[in-house]
Order: sequence, then structure tokens, then C-alpha cells
Amino acid sequence: MSKERHKHILSFSITSLLRRKGKNLSIFLIYTLMVFLLGSVVFFVSAIKREAATTLKGAPDIVVQQIRAGRHDLIPTEYMEKVRTIRGVTKVIPRVWGYYFDGPTQSNYTIIGMDGESYEAFRDRIPFLSPEEAPIGNGKVLIGKGIARSRGLKRGGHFYLLRSDGGLKTFEVSGIFSGRSSLLTHDLIVMSEKDVRELFLIPARYSIDLAVYVRNKEEIETIARKIGEVLPGTRAVIKEQITKSYETVFGWRSGLVFTALLGTVLAFAILSWDKATGLSADERKEIGILKALGWRIEDILEMKFWEGLTISLTAFLAGIILAYIHIFFFGSYLVAPAIKGWSVLYPPFNLNPYMDAGEVFMVFFITVVPYTVATLIPVWRSSTIDPDEVIRGI
Amino acid sequence: MGRLKHLLAVYGILSLLLAGMVLHAILSTHAAKSVLEERERLVSMLGLTDLCLTTEARYTRHPSQADYFTPFQDNPMSLELFPSGGAMAPPSFKEIPRKMVVKDE
Repeated sequence: MSKERHKHILSFSITSLLRRKGKNLSIFLIYTLMVFLLGSVVFFVSAIKREAATTLKGAPDIVVQQIRAGRHDLIPTEYMEKVRTIRGVTKVIPRVWGYYFDGPTQSNYTIIGMDGESYEAFRDRIPFLSPEEAPIGNGKVLIGKGIARSRGLKRGGHFYLLRSDGGLKTFEVSGIFSGRSSLLTHDLIVMSEKDVRELFLIPARYSIDLAVYVRNKEEIETIARKIGEVLPGTRAVIKEQITKSYETVFGWRSGLVFTALLGTVLAFAILSWDKATGLSADERKEIGILKALGWRIEDILEMKFWEGLTISLTAFLAGIILAYIHIFFFGSYLVAPAIKGWSVLYPPFNLNPYMDAGEVFMVFFITVVPYTVATLIPVWRSSTIDPDEVIRGI
Repeated sequence: MGRLKHLLAVYGILSLLLAGMVLHAILSTHAAKSVLEERERLVSMLGLTDLCLTTEARYTRHPSQADYFTPFQDNPMSLELFPSGGAMAPPSFKEIPRKMVVKDE
């Protein structure tokens, strides 16, 4: 009997919703749009965080940078020996890399130099390249797909870059990293360390920074502290910071998440406030008539609860499904521009699909619950409505 | 009761889509395993530290390598101006010591 009663009340709620079709449809559409936007940002951010956490595990344990007058400066290569003497350090590699602004395409490239020893260790199977594409050195370089596209380059093609002294240096493309690696390689030019030094005029006794590898990962922090003591004026960035950077960079305080969150919360505050502060004359009349017909206040509350839940749950499900499709099937079309900014080269955001149940629940909690509760408050307050007065329109 | 059936049908379709979404995420994770391993290998090979999400500014191309001052270093009182800098928060600067130790020379 009780089950039947609930069914009838739910059926009545749907009829009641359909009676105010226009108003409820517009609420549903705005609601879906809000969930869609918030859900898109949540999916985008959690997919990037996961990409960073899984792929950057191979990053150097410690990166040592020279700081001078508050800026990064070239680090003397002799510092390598001082770091190497610290107990627990297995390998120190001087990194030679930099940024290059390409005038003709108005884009920034990242140029990475590899020394012969490190390169040979991977020579047989370089990820995202076929073996014949591999050689670097003497002007031969590997490039990311973004550069190949913007410069119209193919394997075997030639291009030039301006050296720091204004001269031209010609390069030959020996390989192009496949698109599946774009999230790492889109703007990369990988060349021999010698070529990078010639391009940027970096003296042999200096590097950009030092990559330090440590035997026992538990000791990374201690070793980083020791490096700070041995080499004052340097800054050591530890791997944990590198892998967790993206947790912070795209945390709730980041502009992207904060804006989406603030927008959604404000929109819901307005929507809920409007719902919570009063009933329309039609709704008051409806409640009055129902009471006159013998409906108890708990029946009316249940009816309104179903109304609120029907709109909010349907909008939540529709919004979250559309958000997933948007991020993982349409390359984050609406969210990505915020990250790209003025970049000319940016990777296609083909993120690996990932759903964090906790974050989806968070979206559910901040969208469905306030609205559903807000629909009940005015009805609760209207329990004192006198049916006679409402029907007469007093 | 007809309308109730319609509503239930809508929820049925939405639930199926939701289940499909979860399944798609799980299957894609398995399918992407080899690509992720290759990417990790590439990171080790090149000693990379960051994802290439944006290339407009040094501190957003390599957020983990930037320090507090990088976005404002162009001139005194300069403001951080790149759009991607507005979308991201600064990384945590765990290495900056909270305690100052003065060595007795």
C-alpha cells in the first residue's frame, strides 16, 4: 500500500513538473550546463593530474639549479663532482636545454640536448620512433609533431634556427615523435648536447642544470638538503615536487578550477535562494488545494522532494555524461583554451579517460543536494497555509 | 503511471550511458598501459620534468622548474600576464627553507 502511495505521489510530481513545462525545462537546461562545465573541468584536471603522475615517474630524482639575483643561471659543470661525492648519489647528468622563440611561426620550442652516453643507452629502442628514425648529432635532430606541423617538416627535411650570435644553424629531421607522445614532445627538438651548445653558445664548463639520481629513494630529501649545504646559491627541485606539482598547479586554488567552482556555487546559490525564499502564487494555490483535498504536509513535502530530485538528478546525469564526452571524445574543446593561452604550439588534448569517483561525488554533492533541499524549505514553511484563504485568493 | 514509466525509461538510458562511461574509462586505462610505459621511458631518456600543456611562458611550460619569482621577473613591479598563468596555481615550493640558520663563521 505504502509503495503504491509513493508511486502515485511520484507520478503526480511528474505531472506537476510537466504542467510548468517552460519554467522547468529552462531550469533543467541551465542546471545541465552548470554540471557540464563543472564536470568538464573536474574530468580535465583529474586526467592531467593522472597523466603527470604516471608519466613523470621517470623524471630525475633531483634537479639542481643555479640561482643568481633571483633568476636561473648557468651552473658550473664542476659542481657535478661535489654532488657526486655525496653518499647515496648514483649518477649526475649535466642537462643542456633551453627555449627557442621561433619568429616565423611565432612559437616557442623546447630544445633538449642529449650526451652521447645517455643517448646510446636508449639507442636501440627510442620510444615513439622507429629504429631507423633514431640518429641525432651533427645537425640531425628528432622533433615533436607540433614543430613538424608548424614548419611543414617531414623526415629528412631541413630547417634552420638562429644561433645566439645571430648566425644560422641548419638541422636535418631524422625522426618525428608520434602523436601519442604529444603531451610530452609536441614542442620538443632533441639534438646532441654539442649542437645545443653551439646554438645557444653555452660554454663547455657550464650546463643549464644538473639531473641527480639517487640509489635509495627514501634519501632524496636528505640528499637535496646536503646539496643545498655543499652548493649554497643553488636550488634543488626533488622528484616528489615534480610529480606533485600538477596536484597543486591544478588544485582547487588554480584559476581554472576556482572559476568553475565559484561560478557553479554562485549560480546554485541564486537558484536555491530563489527557490528557498518563496513560492509562486500558483504553487501556493496548488498546495492549498492539495491540503483541502486531504493531502498531509508530509505528502506535499514528498511530492516537492520528487520534483526537485527529478530535475536535479536528470540534469546531473545528463551534464556529467556530456562533460565526459566533451573531454575524452572532443579533446576538451571548451576547457583547453584556458590552458593554451597565447601558445601557438599546444598538444591536442587527447587525454586518457579517467574518472575519480570521489570527484564525481563532489560534483553530485554540490549540485544535487542544495537544489533538492532548497525545494523543500518553502513547502515546509507553507505548512501553515490556510487552504480556504489560498483558494479564495486572499 | 504512463509518465512514471517514461521517466524510468529516461533514467534507464542515462544509467546505461553512465555505466558505459565507467566501462570506457576502465577499458581505456588498460589499453593505454603500453603508451604510458613508453612515455615513462621517454621521460627517463630525455630527463623530462613536465608535461607540454602550454608553450606560451617558461613558467607554465615547465611549472615544476619555475620558482616564485619567475612570473614577475621581467621588470620591477611587473605583473604576471600570461593567460595560462591565470589558469594554474603556483606549484608547492617545498625546498624553500622555513627556518633560517645563521652559521657562526
